[in-house]
Amino acid sequence: MAIQTPSLELGAPLVQATAAAAGRGYWKSVARRLRRDPVTVICAAVLLLLVASALAAPWLGLADPYKTSMLRRLYPLGSPNHLLGTDELGRDMLSRLIYGGRLSLFMGVTPVVCALLIGGLLGITAGFVGGRTNMAIMRVMDVFYAFPSVLLAISLSGAMGAGTENTLLSLTLVFIPPICRVSESVTTQVRGFDFVDAARASGAGALTIVRVHVLGNVLGPILVYATSLISVAIILAAGLSFLGLGVKPPEPEWGLMLNTLRQAIYVNPVLAALPGVMIFITSICFNMMSDGLRAAMDVKA
Amino acid sequence: MLLYALRRLIYLVPVAFGVSLLVFGLVHLAPGDPISAIVPPDAPKEVIDKLKEYYGFDKPLPVQYFRWLAVTLTGDFGTSIGTGRSVASEVSSAFGNTIILAIAATTLAFTLAVILGTAAAYAKSRIVDRLVTLISLVGVSVPHFWLAIVLVIIFAVELGALPPMGMGPENSTGWRFDRAHLAHMVLPTIALSVIPLGVVTRTVRSTIKEILSMEFVTALQAKGMSDSQILRHVLKNAAPTCLAVMGLQAGNLIGGSILIETVFAWPGTGFLLNSAIFRRDLPILQGTTLVLAGFFMLLNLTVDVIQTMVDPRIKRG
Repeated sequence: MAIQTPSLELGAPLVQATAAAAGRGYWKSVARRLRRDPVTVICAAVLLLLVASALAAPWLGLADPYKTSMLRRLYPLGSPNHLLGTDELGRDMLSRLIYGGRLSLFMGVTPVVCALLIGGLLGITAGFVGGRTNMAIMRVMDVFYAFPSVLLAISLSGAMGAGTENTLLSLTLVFIPPICRVSESVTTQVRGFDFVDAARASGAGALTIVRVHVLGNVLGPILVYATSLISVAIILAAGLSFLGLGVKPPEPEWGLMLNTLRQAIYVNPVLAALPGVMIFITSICFNMMSDGLRAAMDVKA
Repeated sequence: MLLYALRRLIYLVPVAFGVSLLVFGLVHLAPGDPISAIVPPDAPKEVIDKLKEYYGFDKPLPVQYFRWLAVTLTGDFGTSIGTGRSVASEVSSAFGNTIILAIAATTLAFTLAVILGTAAAYAKSRIVDRLVTLISLVGVSVPHFWLAIVLVIIFAVELGALPPMGMGPENSTGWRFDRAHLAHMVLPTIALSVIPLGVVTRTVRSTIKEILSMEFVTALQAKGMSDSQILRHVLKNAAPTCLAVMGLQAGNLIGGSILIETVFAWPGTGFLLNSAIFRRDLPILQGTTLVLAGFFMLLNLTVDVIQTMVDPRIKRG
């Protein structure tokens, strides 16, 4: 490749050739190393708790997150019956924060998963086939790279209009190029290794090589990267809702709650900041998980 | 070197073409007709058809695209539907305000990141290293628009020390270098600098750590060079990587300041974009996106060329 953008300058090889050869033993050793890393275990536990409580929200005996009450507006934290107070329309904050996790987590994870499938497929194809196919795919990605990611997300959502589906769509589009780039560069590297030539020489078809050798090596770096992208996605999705471009009221969603509670910063500032704390906890946990995974999988940054 | 810069510039042409296609497509992503944003819903059909003809929306899309491109290339981005002013003048005045904030935030982030990152890489005690790592982790994980609100709550609402929004006093006409305007800049600058601070601190720390483990450092130590002199060598070697990462972050900061500008009502491109979206002012949306993307491309190119200039070891095909 003649011309590269700075983020592509990968000095050290991203993958260890030994990883794929080790086969199942590799993933076992990754799991063992993860279990021994207290920070990762704690983050995983916190995230599990958040996901579980969001999923189980209807059965937790919480107050109705949609029920407004003009008499009970902006109750402070620790009020009887409203542990975390009430919002600007008198709705129970604890309930809304837990229910809010449903949409906020969904809107952070879904675009990354979709982008992982599409971008991964495109990147592996580009890296494995090479030549003109690589040129075509990667030059289209370059166009998306010409936009700062936040600007791209906001312009796309802004043009398409508010709504959950549009937000998911625009965030997926934003995350396809970086995932495509990472998987392309790893695949190109893997393709150059001797064991791929050896496999080809012993009669393995392209699909077998991709499945066994490329996927085995690409999965690690991509998973590490995708985990940290979820953290970005959660902040971006909340940001879009905060601007009024994502989830529409009265749905409970952390970004939207931050927006509507802004009018309360003079009355009950702590309450107004609460939804952001949830976003912060989620996003920092995903980032720390990504770091833990990177160390456990021995992936170079 | 000049040849390299020129080649990169030529390479930008197809990318810019793609960008223009995407920005042009933005209008057609919008639900309904682009005309429906301007006219009242009960407008007679003849009026709509006249307007369509006037704006060229009755032509096939490729024709519309090349006409739009030709006009845009002359610097004419059309007229704002909301204010009736030319998009170019709206965007350029907002762009200046965004740049002011971006320069302040970049300077703050880069200075702090170099100090923190270097300290962490040199730190003998694990506590300093851990603390800096935590700071950079918080920087990339904190929702910056939430941090902006928290800053407003603490410094404007509770302490009353700093203004909560706006670019200057109410009667101010433009940005000036004085006490009142600087006070308005403090909170948005801090809020805007957290992400680059986190990213660059991380880069500085890992880059310097890597350089410190290189043999030439050991050689310099063996020669009896003082630590401060060695630091100069180390920083010189770390500079290209760190500058490149900072450049990319600065670009992201300019394009991504919309959330912060909205919280602080800072009259920059992000604020303009936000109000354009809600007025369905598509020419402004298009113009702002195009200008920001163009600036981002040129900035990345500049960073790349500077990086090659600073570091003669980088040879590029």
